Amino acid sequence: MAEPKLVVVESLPGCRARAARTVLGQVVLPGEELLLPEQEETDGPGVAGERPLRLNAAVCSRLRVVCGPGLRRCGDRLLVTKCGRLRHKESGSGSSGGIYWVDSQQKRYVPVKGDHVIGIVTAKSGDIFKVDVGGSEPASLSYLAFEGATKRNRPNVQVGDLIYGQFVVANKDMEPEMVCIDSCGRANGMGVIGQDGLLFKVTLGLIRKLLAPDCEIIQEVGKLYPLEIVFGMNGRIWVKAKTIQQTLILANILEACEHMTTDQRKQIFARLAEC
Amino acid sequence: MAAERKTKLSKNLLRMKFMQRGLDSETKKQLEEEEKKIISEEHWYLDLPELKEKESFIIEEQSFLLCEDLLYGRMSFRGFNPEVEKLMLQMNAKNKAEEEEEDGTVELDVSDEEMARRYETLVGTIGKKFAKKRDRANYEEDENGNTKPVKTKKMFLKPQD
Repeated sequence: MAEPKLVVVESLPGCRARAARTVLGQVVLPGEELLLPEQEETDGPGVAGERPLRLNAAVCSRLRVVCGPGLRRCGDRLLVTKCGRLRHKESGSGSSGGIYWVDSQQKRYVPVKGDHVIGIVTAKSGDIFKVDVGGSEPASLSYLAFEGATKRNRPNVQVGDLIYGQFVVANKDMEPEMVCIDSCGRANGMGVIGQDGLLFKVTLGLIRKLLAPDCEIIQEVGKLYPLEIVFGMNGRIWVKAKTIQQTLILANILEACEHMTTDQRKQIFARLAEC
Repeated sequence: MAAERKTKLSKNLLRMKFMQRGLDSETKKQLEEEEKKIISEEHWYLDLPELKEKESFIIEEQSFLLCEDLLYGRMSFRGFNPEVEKLMLQMNAKNKAEEEEEDGTVELDVSDEEMARRYETLVGTIGKKFAKKRDRANYEEDENGNTKPVKTKKMFLKPQD
């Protein structure tokens, strides 16, 4: 590339913070501050401080903005904590101002409440199972957190089993806890994942890409042969097909499709469809 | 002489229940307030200026579920696992249904007006069942054959001179 766009120069601390709206889709670096839409008009040239007093206090009715992963609240502004592209989504109900987040790439998973993950049972101690989810600590899973489990009727979970569950408690101060039922007490597909199959790890960004509603890769994969896939938000994918060879092909495709272009992918699928 | 000099009773003795029976309510209240004052003065408090919390318009969420509409994590294709395929339809339809709910109102089987009419008559028929024999005369039959209570509240009528 002849001349990279000198976007970085403007965003050094001490200079003006940029408006979030103008940066959508561009790469942002940690340490940058972003202004929310309502703040742009009131900031004078170069002064990022006092807002001019307004006689009508009702004018300052600002919309609630949600700052998602990769962003933090810093006073009235957003502070970027991860490098990636800035994204924005308008919320369905017009009351809140939408959500901003940074589309970044990483391999290490940090437990987040509400995420569905695949875990491996590492220990059974008393009433709880210790499940390895790829975070800093193993998550705890109570034996009562399965559908239809009572004190007499314990679930059939052994050490080494794969569990698909969601987090109920996941913050930096406490040990993460997961369950295999939803708030109504139904399993909804969560619980022990069946026999056989292959578990492998990919980056977190790929999981989100594959789970997007209009993902072509999944649609094409689904046409190849009968198979079953489980995606965990912690970067783990479990696949199962009728034969071992088919399973391995599937695993290789999913791992490789992160770095392939659309054409290469189509070539590979065409070749596979022939066999 | 003895009547002039009052025996000095201790404060604790005066606070006892049998000594307070003779007191007025006002003196009782005063005593209570004094006690409360003593107790509250012993409580510790922070001598800091009042910090006003700034109303923040930004909410922090670390989850990607809000950001992107992700599909359900379990998938099955070409009938490999029928239960999972059913689940897929259910969960992905649930996501779409949540979006559509905001746009349109739910269709009702019974309209609101019909419900109101039904409850109006229901009050009459059930109420009649529980009314005493004397009060049953208060329930009239409407033109449509619906029983409606005619409330004549029996109040005290002052005799005129």
